[in-house]
Amino acid sequence: MSRTIITVVGKDTVGIIAKVCTYLAENEVNILDISQTIVQGYFNMMMIVDTAAMKKPFEQAVGELAALGQELGVQIKCQREDIFNKMHRI
Amino acid sequence: MINISEVIETNKMIEQENLDVRTITMGISLLDCADSSLDVLCQKIYGKITSLAKDLVKTGEDISKEYGIPIVNKRISVTPVALVGGAACTTPDDYVKIAQTLDRAAQELGVNFIGGYSAVVSKGMTRSDELLIRSIPQAMAVTERICSSVNVGSTKTGINMDAVRLMGDIIRETAELTKERDSLGCAKLVVLCNAPDDNPFMAGAFHGVSEADAIINVGVSGPGVVKYALEQIRGASFEVLCETIKRTAFKITRVGQLVAQEASRRLGVPFGIIDLSLAPTPAIGDSVAEILQEIGLEHAGAPGTTAALALLNDQVKKGGVMASSYVGGLSGAFIPVSEDQGMIDAVEAGALTIEKLEAMTCVCSVGLDMIAIPGDTSAATISGIIADEAAIGMVNQKTTAVRIIPAVGKQAGDRVEFGGLLGYAPVMPVNRFSCEAFVNRVGRIPAPIHSFKN
Repeated sequence: MSRTIITVVGKDTVGIIAKVCTYLAENEVNILDISQTIVQGYFNMMMIVDTAAMKKPFEQAVGELAALGQELGVQIKCQREDIFNKMHRI
Repeated sequence: MINISEVIETNKMIEQENLDVRTITMGISLLDCADSSLDVLCQKIYGKITSLAKDLVKTGEDISKEYGIPIVNKRISVTPVALVGGAACTTPDDYVKIAQTLDRAAQELGVNFIGGYSAVVSKGMTRSDELLIRSIPQAMAVTERICSSVNVGSTKTGINMDAVRLMGDIIRETAELTKERDSLGCAKLVVLCNAPDDNPFMAGAFHGVSEADAIINVGVSGPGVVKYALEQIRGASFEVLCETIKRTAFKITRVGQLVAQEASRRLGVPFGIIDLSLAPTPAIGDSVAEILQEIGLEHAGAPGTTAALALLNDQVKKGGVMASSYVGGLSGAFIPVSEDQGMIDAVEAGALTIEKLEAMTCVCSVGLDMIAIPGDTSAATISGIIADEAAIGMVNQKTTAVRIIPAVGKQAGDRVEFGGLLGYAPVMPVNRFSCEAFVNRVGRIPAPIHSFKN
């Protein structure tokens, strides 16, 4: 398993989750968990996904998701989970 | 499992509070390149650096993308060149050829700085050391990416005053030869006392003789993150203040540790140390001076500054040490003037003087750093400033350094511009009384006694 965190931040509109999930499905990325919240009026979504079966290089997916975000008018980040684990867990 | 608020917190640090990894520095030993032919030596140096570090920049960029954390600089430090060039170099110009070789290697690899154009002369100078030191002004004038450092003293050996005197002249000459660019050469030249072997930060980085053949050292940063955390607890007690700094330093350092381990693994080069430093940049909100203001000072330099800085420095170390398996380098809050907007503001407001900065260097890393002084400051005065700073390091068993820029043709109140991470600096007035007779004495200051501490 190769756990990755995808975050989507921006103004809420129809179809954000659908489009992100479609991209993930097409790339054989399995979604393990989804949560969302509103912070200071902004839509915040976090997905924990497994990228172990993904065929393309990780940094390419980072770029493609960022571009998808631009299309949707939101910011999409895709980061390996380790950075959060290291920072917040001893 | 990681929750959404933790993810938001981390990303906010990166996006809004300027959290970054300041540098991945690969230390490379050049000891096995030594040769009596200058051409062969240069070839070996170029070959070793460009093969060992060929993937350094790409690896740094990959890690940055995958974890979503900016890695600002990818750099190289090498064995102090004076140790390598001894057999091949008979004139300062020969050393300049090595500098140009290092510069070409740095350019080829895409690293912005390569450190180690250095000599360690804390007790005495070999002929090779002296030739290298005398070549520094020319080397800085004809290269772009070379950083140079000279270690003139240590707690164990005392201070080599002959080297201190020589460095006064060398700094002036470097300023003169690079005057077309606001004496930029001096911004890449630092005089140290107790220089560490594993420092990843420029301009003082070199790969000491106690190190392995190659090593990865990482310098973390994050003054903006600490400042933001302190904004949330305004008016709280010292206990809360210190806990908050420690907690924040821990989080920042953990990111550095992760990046260091990944870089080490991917490059197949052992992990050396994390340098736990708060390294400011000229960007707004990325300032150590602003942390001091947040602690409760109107400006850096106000009474209380030394105490506030001592507290900050100590808490950063306490938080950072637990976050990393190996800590080294300079590890402390940096207080450069030109690279910190809050420091520049403090100088321009009249709150901060060189004398106060000197006091501050007693309690933090690393010394009088990136300070522009009038271009007509005498070599003896510069040597006096270096001697003072080295004495603080020698007696307090800490690293100290002087990186000052005599701005040719400029007076106190004028401004010099270096651009990029080096920023700009107001020219600060220097005490005009002479120390020439002191500096002109030959020999060295003996090592201090290590008992009867007062």
